[in-house]
Amino acid sequence: MSRSRSRDHAAEARPSAGKAAMHGSKTQCPAPEKQQPAARPERMTGAAAVVRMLERQGVRHVAGIPGGASLPLYDALAARGSIRHILTRHEQAAGFIAQGMARATGVPAVCLATSGPGATNILTALADAKLDSVPVVCITGQVPTTLIGTDAFQEVDTYGMSIPVTKHNFLVRTAQELLTVIPEAFRIAASGRPGPVLVDIPRDVQLATLEIDSWPGPGLPDALLMPDMEDVVGAAAMIDEAERPLMYLGGGVISSGAAPAARRIAEKAGIPVAMTLMGLGAVPSEHPLSLGMLGMHAARCTNMAMEECDLLIVAGARFDDRATGRVDSFCPRARVIHIDIDASELDKIRSAHLGIQGDVRATLEALEPLVAPCARENWLHRVEELRNGWGLDLPRTDDPVSPYGMILRTAEIVGPEAVVTTDVGQHQMRTAQAYPFSRPRQWLTSGGLGTMGFGLPAAIGAALACPERTVVCFTGDGSLQMNIQELATAVEQRCNIKIILANNNALGLVQQLQNLFFERRVFATDYSVQVDFVRIAEGFGMPAVDLGASRDPLGMLEAALTTAGPCLVNIPVAVSESVFPMVPPGAANTEMIEGDGHDRTEAAA
Amino acid sequence: MTVQKQQPDSAAGLIALRLTVRNHPGVMSHVCGLFARRAFNVEGILCTPVDDGSISRIWLLVHDDARLEQMIRQAAKLQDVSEVRPFPSDAAAMFCTM
Repeated sequence: MSRSRSRDHAAEARPSAGKAAMHGSKTQCPAPEKQQPAARPERMTGAAAVVRMLERQGVRHVAGIPGGASLPLYDALAARGSIRHILTRHEQAAGFIAQGMARATGVPAVCLATSGPGATNILTALADAKLDSVPVVCITGQVPTTLIGTDAFQEVDTYGMSIPVTKHNFLVRTAQELLTVIPEAFRIAASGRPGPVLVDIPRDVQLATLEIDSWPGPGLPDALLMPDMEDVVGAAAMIDEAERPLMYLGGGVISSGAAPAARRIAEKAGIPVAMTLMGLGAVPSEHPLSLGMLGMHAARCTNMAMEECDLLIVAGARFDDRATGRVDSFCPRARVIHIDIDASELDKIRSAHLGIQGDVRATLEALEPLVAPCARENWLHRVEELRNGWGLDLPRTDDPVSPYGMILRTAEIVGPEAVVTTDVGQHQMRTAQAYPFSRPRQWLTSGGLGTMGFGLPAAIGAALACPERTVVCFTGDGSLQMNIQELATAVEQRCNIKIILANNNALGLVQQLQNLFFERRVFATDYSVQVDFVRIAEGFGMPAVDLGASRDPLGMLEAALTTAGPCLVNIPVAVSESVFPMVPPGAANTEMIEGDGHDRTEAAA
Repeated sequence: MTVQKQQPDSAAGLIALRLTVRNHPGVMSHVCGLFARRAFNVEGILCTPVDDGSISRIWLLVHDDARLEQMIRQAAKLQDVSEVRPFPSDAAAMFCTM
């Protein structure tokens, strides 16, 4: 029977391999039962069945923290020894590690938490995954079913609390149900518009014995939703008629794998491309048709081109307020083609002249051959004019210890193969503006929820999923301190992550808002204690350097980035340096403001 | 999905939505939570099991306004909801007499 031990469980993830899994794995079962012939039903605990189904799903890593209500599950993980468990210091980080894995690969990733505080701690990471449509399966332990509703120790209504922050959730009431719920959780997480799914499993359900006659197949995404071809033909006609079309690509382009098709359409039909924060990487930053990010911290030329366009082709994006500015002034001259897998996004904020519900990749691939080749010289010439006059004017990019310089020098050193994560704040907006993105899934950032504390654990997840790549985490001192305990996890897991810390000892982006819109009444946005992050990192066992104290900061940065293993690079920056240009909250995207020394006259439209 | 509009009556401005849902203890939370957090007003709720009780029908009395279509699409997105059908004034009036 030992042959089953060497079986590559990745092979079980193939749907056709389901039958093979029935044979000979009885000895793997942690439940202390007598051996039975292979043809007989397998008997095991609910917890053991969960672990077996995770294996069959192809899961290689799970991140989490054990507790009383999840101990049977952990015991089953230990007994099988087939899945690597990443022990974090806080459950929120376990959720973000799963997100890092899922965002870097597109495959659902798994995190675990115990009942009560474990579950409440992980909810933020699930909410973050919901808003950015990231496929995550979170399994939580729950108090035994007989105690549910009695205010038992570490009992909270995890099911009730997770409804608004998940795509779907389950409270499993019998061990037998696990056989449908676990594959279903993976199917739902990965199908259509991806999202987080929570499975709450009471302790007695984990311990109950069940008989398995045949294993369910792994949960796979539903068949792609194909667009209505009449609509696609209509879209092609609208594009051919347009004089000044523009593409507005969102995270749906990344998650559906539509980036190559989007780029081919842009090149074929001469269409400039703007991307949302989530869509960055869909078209390389250096591409001549790329206008970079649109919206609140876009280059002026990007928002001006959108103002002038006569057709907006929106794909996998949802007219978020940070992208559109005041929505009634957004692309006022444009007809709108809106392509999305989620019907409820069509006409939600802005009604489309043509709304197409369908998989974005399938839709764009169907559209590409129907669009007429077009050079569109006048429009592209006008866009070039805007770019030359109103492009990003980033200060001090040559200085490796300046806010933009650290990003550009780091990008040069780590090269296009690196994965980039960020936290939330000024460093995030600067990276979005300046980093030379070259491909989808290179850029992992908390977009919709804007969760400080995302960057470090997401980088750990990306490093686990892509061990061959360097992972850079751009962060700030405010964000880093929200999950700083995960420095220990990064060291423990020997992740090749490089933390670039833009340290202004303040909540810089919030202070920028106070300076700009609250008459410089700075309150509760600066720290009085100057944390020594180099010593903190070293205390966690992570090598660290301080570029502020270095005579050769570029050399030191290069050494830190090219030495394998985790490292923290502290770079002091001035809190007075704001991120510009910027659309004031509630204003139209064309009403951008710039900082001192950037007093360029208002846009000549 | 388009909605047939009929003459106003005693249930003026109201419409009934019939949701066919998988019947389990959490499904009401999912439906009511959705309407609450998306700020859709619900004037009345009725829930009845169908056949063997594996599915239920949830009737919601809601305002027939510009947000109705969005409300229907969001409700249809719930994993436990298999169908959402709007029933114009007759059903709404029936609701109001209960």
